Amino acid sequence: MYKITRAEKLADKIYLMDVVAPRVAKHCEPGQFIIVKLDEKGERIPLTICDYDREAGTITIVFQTIGASTEKMSYLKAGDSFRDFTGPLGCASEFVNEDIEELKGKKMLFVAGGVGAAPVYPQVKWLHEHGIEADVIVGAKTKDMLILEDEMKAVSGNYYPCTDDGSYGHAGMVTSKIEQLVNEEGKKYDVCVAIGPMIMMKFACLTTKKLGIPTIVSMNPIMVDGTGMCGACRLQVGNEIKFACVDGPEFDGHLVDFDQAMKRQQMYKSAEGRAMLKLQEGDTHHGGCGHCGGDE
Amino acid sequence: MADVLKKVPVREQEPSVRAKNFEEVCYGYNKEEAMEEASRCINCKNAKCIQGCPVSINIPAFIHEVKEGNFEEAYKVIGKSSALPAVCGRVCPQESQCEGKCIRGIKGEPISIGKLERFVADYALENDIKPEKAESTNGHKVAVIGSGPAGLTCAGDLAKLGYEVTVFEALHELGGVLVYGIPEFRLPKHKIVAKEIDKVKELGVKFETNVVIGKSTTIDQLIEDEGFEAVFIGSGAGLPKFMGIPGENANGVFSANEYLTRNNLMKAFDDSYDTPIVAGTKVAVIGGGNVAMDAARTALRLGADVHIVYRRSEEELPARVEEVHHAKEEGVIFDLLTNPTEILVDDNGYVKGMKCVKMELGEPDASGRRRPVVVEGSEFEMELDTVIMSLGTSPNPLISSTTEGLEVNRWKCIVADEETGKTTKEGVYAGGDAVTGAATVILAMGAGKAGAKGIHEYLSNR
Repeated sequence: MYKITRAEKLADKIYLMDVVAPRVAKHCEPGQFIIVKLDEKGERIPLTICDYDREAGTITIVFQTIGASTEKMSYLKAGDSFRDFTGPLGCASEFVNEDIEELKGKKMLFVAGGVGAAPVYPQVKWLHEHGIEADVIVGAKTKDMLILEDEMKAVSGNYYPCTDDGSYGHAGMVTSKIEQLVNEEGKKYDVCVAIGPMIMMKFACLTTKKLGIPTIVSMNPIMVDGTGMCGACRLQVGNEIKFACVDGPEFDGHLVDFDQAMKRQQMYKSAEGRAMLKLQEGDTHHGGCGHCGGDE
Repeated sequence: MADVLKKVPVREQEPSVRAKNFEEVCYGYNKEEAMEEASRCINCKNAKCIQGCPVSINIPAFIHEVKEGNFEEAYKVIGKSSALPAVCGRVCPQESQCEGKCIRGIKGEPISIGKLERFVADYALENDIKPEKAESTNGHKVAVIGSGPAGLTCAGDLAKLGYEVTVFEALHELGGVLVYGIPEFRLPKHKIVAKEIDKVKELGVKFETNVVIGKSTTIDQLIEDEGFEAVFIGSGAGLPKFMGIPGENANGVFSANEYLTRNNLMKAFDDSYDTPIVAGTKVAVIGGGNVAMDAARTALRLGADVHIVYRRSEEELPARVEEVHHAKEEGVIFDLLTNPTEILVDDNGYVKGMKCVKMELGEPDASGRRRPVVVEGSEFEMELDTVIMSLGTSPNPLISSTTEGLEVNRWKCIVADEETGKTTKEGVYAGGDAVTGAATVILAMGAGKAGAKGIHEYLSNR
């Protein structure tokens, strides 16, 4: 069992937890992910690592409730436990293994969308701890949905919040902020790291391609085991098929086939919807709505 | 009096009934049937069956005990050589091993050694007969990577010799391919696999789940930081192969590993689990091995019409004869001498069909099997919503890529000595699919035994 030592709600449907997992905390690096399983009958859910404390042996995870399993996870409190917690999985971000002096000469831009701020944070923090200040754009639908703001500000060079509705920071999508920084403010970036929903990463990549900025994305396809065994997470990257779990999760965003990846993401949507309804409505749901399949 | 040339028949679930459930297909022998079958054994002096067994079980000796009704004694005889008899009795390819060598088989049917082994093992599980444990530990720590058949066997053998063994498993359940690969209807998980693993635990073996060696820690760290004096790698062959044909990334194309893992390990067939699965209504399984049969029979039980698509003929099917027979009985359709060339995809990215060509057999290839060649102008389409690729697997590089000094061959298989499991790195031994590529449960167990022997010699002579 893996004990939860902290559980907080960060925004609507977004939760943060610290989990005791000493083996993971000892070996993880920015960019890697873990797989968590709530109980005997739960799914294996991959989540990117948001932070880690090697001394305390804890891992910080942030997740958004999108289906029955994450909804059940959100009910957990400090003191509760996960049945399974495994990792670190996947490869560390490339810069972790680069020469620090060379890295210091590079100007990096991080672009986070929604809950993507969580996996961006440990990367920016790692760079900060190694004396490198990166610029960070964080986008959210509204001000209330912006997460980890204080933490991110503390480790980033320039911090640019954006909201779709204009309730805070730059009004508009992260892509328009990227264009503004480069085209209007004359900023130059050697590399961009964009992490968030697939649709946001797709458009961030289209923008950076236009601007000629090499871009890395962190892919979050459907996975089962997370160790290379099932191939559910396969992606078309350039001419090659890659497994996000062992070859990634980070890839050259200009080579990823996002349209295919988004279609693959939809595979279990109807099944997830049914499971969600079953959970929310319990015995009171008997189908008949014609959409959920509960009457099958 | 029964016909001595024929096996005592084994009771099975009716094909039409079992095609709709996940209960075990074969019921196995009862005491009377087992004793009658055992009496067919002529107790050869030079027993060929033992030579056919990768773990050299003293087969005539255990069958003799069954004949006499001494089932506990029979279990002890098997227990000297095998840690997982209830598993092997169910999944070994006996027809090409022990039973294939049986003298009785020359005129008539061989002794049903597999079913007898299963009977004895099940008797031991039901009557809680414990394996014999080492009197005391010798204080030497050994790490075993992977809790599949190779790892469990190696761990069990070393524990019997007094070693303090810890098994590290990457997944959340113990058993490796026995839980994620082989389906419930062939090998029950709670009733059989979990109980056989409990017997290994009773020998004093410790288990740690959710540890991915190469990621959560490394072999070097196990040796340097955690005080393990030797390591056995039994990590299996986990990476699925795809064909490389167009449309393979469409929704509805799965590796057999994914399809089976969702259903076996994650229990998608059981509504009380949260695992989603797209069962499919018209399913093609590509391949002809045991895993292909398992995937086909699983899809059938989830309600689909199922075709096996295999490029050679029936004779070359690598699956066990019993699996092919069962699959046919249950209604799986075999499209032999057929090879897919493209998966057809609809506008939303889902599978809608598959283009195939007919094949014919030409000259034998390097494997000795006749090479299939395309019949000109034979292209046709199948209407489908699900395609399951069962083309074999290759070893996972997670361990070899993070362990310095561990040599792999060009297929990424770990190089290890067959007799001892010794690798190119001192103190590190390996066996099973991680060394050979995808093979069988019993061959992995044989390699686990060899590894235990190798580690024992290494640590005894240090």
